[in-house]
Amino acid sequence: MTSISQRSSGGRTVRLVALVAVALLMSYPLLWLVASSFKPEQLIFSEPGLIPSSFTWANYADGWTRVGIPFGAFMLNSAVICILSIVGNLFSCSLAAYAFARLQFPFSKIAFGLMLVTLMLPFHVTVLPQYIVFQNLGMVNTILPLVLPKFFAVDAFFIFLLVQFIRGVPRDLDQAAEMDGCNKYQIFFYIIFPICRPALVLVAIFTFLWTWNDFFSQLIYLSQVERYTAPLALNLFIDATSGESAWGMLFAMSVVTLLPLFILFVIFQKQIAEGIATTGLKG
Amino acid sequence: MRRDGGGAMAVSRGGRAWPLRSRGVGRSASSVGDWRAALVFLTPWLLGMVLLTALPMIGSAVLSFTNYDLLSVPRWVGTANYQRLLTRDARYLHSLEVTTVYVLVSVPLSVTVALIIAVSLSATTRLANFFRGVFYLPSLLGGSVAIGVLWRQLFGSDGLVNAVLGVFGAEGTSWIGDPRYALSTLILLHVWQFGAPMVIFLAGVRQIPKEVVEATIMDGANPVQRFFRITLPLLSPLILFNLVMQTITAFQAFVPAYVISDGTGGPVDSTLFYTLYLYLEGFRNFRMGYAMAMAWILLFIIGAFTALAFWASRFWVHYES
Repeated sequence: MTSISQRSSGGRTVRLVALVAVALLMSYPLLWLVASSFKPEQLIFSEPGLIPSSFTWANYADGWTRVGIPFGAFMLNSAVICILSIVGNLFSCSLAAYAFARLQFPFSKIAFGLMLVTLMLPFHVTVLPQYIVFQNLGMVNTILPLVLPKFFAVDAFFIFLLVQFIRGVPRDLDQAAEMDGCNKYQIFFYIIFPICRPALVLVAIFTFLWTWNDFFSQLIYLSQVERYTAPLALNLFIDATSGESAWGMLFAMSVVTLLPLFILFVIFQKQIAEGIATTGLKG
Repeated sequence: MRRDGGGAMAVSRGGRAWPLRSRGVGRSASSVGDWRAALVFLTPWLLGMVLLTALPMIGSAVLSFTNYDLLSVPRWVGTANYQRLLTRDARYLHSLEVTTVYVLVSVPLSVTVALIIAVSLSATTRLANFFRGVFYLPSLLGGSVAIGVLWRQLFGSDGLVNAVLGVFGAEGTSWIGDPRYALSTLILLHVWQFGAPMVIFLAGVRQIPKEVVEATIMDGANPVQRFFRITLPLLSPLILFNLVMQTITAFQAFVPAYVISDGTGGPVDSTLFYTLYLYLEGFRNFRMGYAMAMAWILLFIIGAFTALAFWASRFWVHYES
């Protein structure tokens, strides 16, 4: 017995060392990105280490105003799109999920199947014709094409997530409320919606993460610099600084755009991990 | 679209219980009026389904048989777009090749790494959540333009990778500027994001009953045997799930290639991902009909891959009976 436990404790140490090594290797680029954003330009290449030999805020100060409009404006544009998207998804997906999980109606199985099929659709099949529609409605170069679809439950993943959650809620609750004279709408607003809080938090978190990182649709719909989102501004930044060595500023603004994601990750780490594990949401 | 049905069903693991349960409750007096309420609750979704999914899909299917530049009236060209794509457009076929190589290399690689890390994490109980966080963070950030910027620097001629190589006296090149290596840097970026499938594996590993593991230890199985005889078969449904999901996302990868190549797919089209070429044709050259034909071919490719994965799964995926 002793030999087995000795061997396994030795194996445990080796495994731990290996995990630490992989963790360091993986997070080094991120740590170095943050460290380098505080280094003067000429030190970024010459210092592969993390601790800057001289520290400066200049990259942030210069980068903030480098494209003419303060970077905060782009962050605000992104934030507005994110918040409206969250509101839209919470509203439309929870309504649909309640109907799928609790109500009996004709063709319910077919409708549910259709909803699941849209999960697998590559978004390019719909985004091009949608663009033509929004262009004809004069909505290109506004945030409407980015936000409006969220109010029509196009993110089927969230409906699915909420359906799964509502199925886990005991039906006794609905029935008790029905006894007390609640109709379906009241059951939804007073019983189901509040009880779904954990799942709704997950919907909000992932809507934020995906919308903040979304690039393709923002790229095709927003063309006026004033309306640019943070990722678009960062991309513009690459063009504006091409030819010169401006990694410091680029890094500083990269850190700024990653910061909201990082903060959200730190606060909701547990929920995010559990959400992926139970629903298979793509990171 | 019918081909994707298998994929959708796998996602709805609880799906089968649903009609049974709702029938089991029986029809109370109010359930007759359910459909009215259902219609109200489903209105936003129905509108979205019709106006933002179904009609646009029909529209794009029709327009894929036309030439359309967003300004003049679409001109019917029959199957010319598809013919040109599949036989004469060398740049398209090249982008298909680049994307396929990217998918076939990066997806199995990242799923393998995710599996190995998840299994080794499951044994370390105390620090598991800390490591899970560290390994997952890149998945969360990886799709952003900011990480594209970082990758440009890391693998540029005056980048961190070359600086580290310099410490060892080796001389690097501009990895993203060299057509031989540019795609590899993108594959590396994908593998760097193994955290998302890892989290799914980790949840699966934790569900393996302790008695099963203990029984095999009593039988004298070493860790390697345990991995291949117990862990791997029990995780095989999740391996399939991760492979399919990763494949679908990888086929649609866009941001890293766009940022690294300044939106060109260069150098020498070595990072011309499928969706990047689609974007360039649709929104730079205003060949909307052509781009829509590309989108439909992508749909069929993804559908075919998914169907193939599910067909092949019967030979290696182990389902508990």
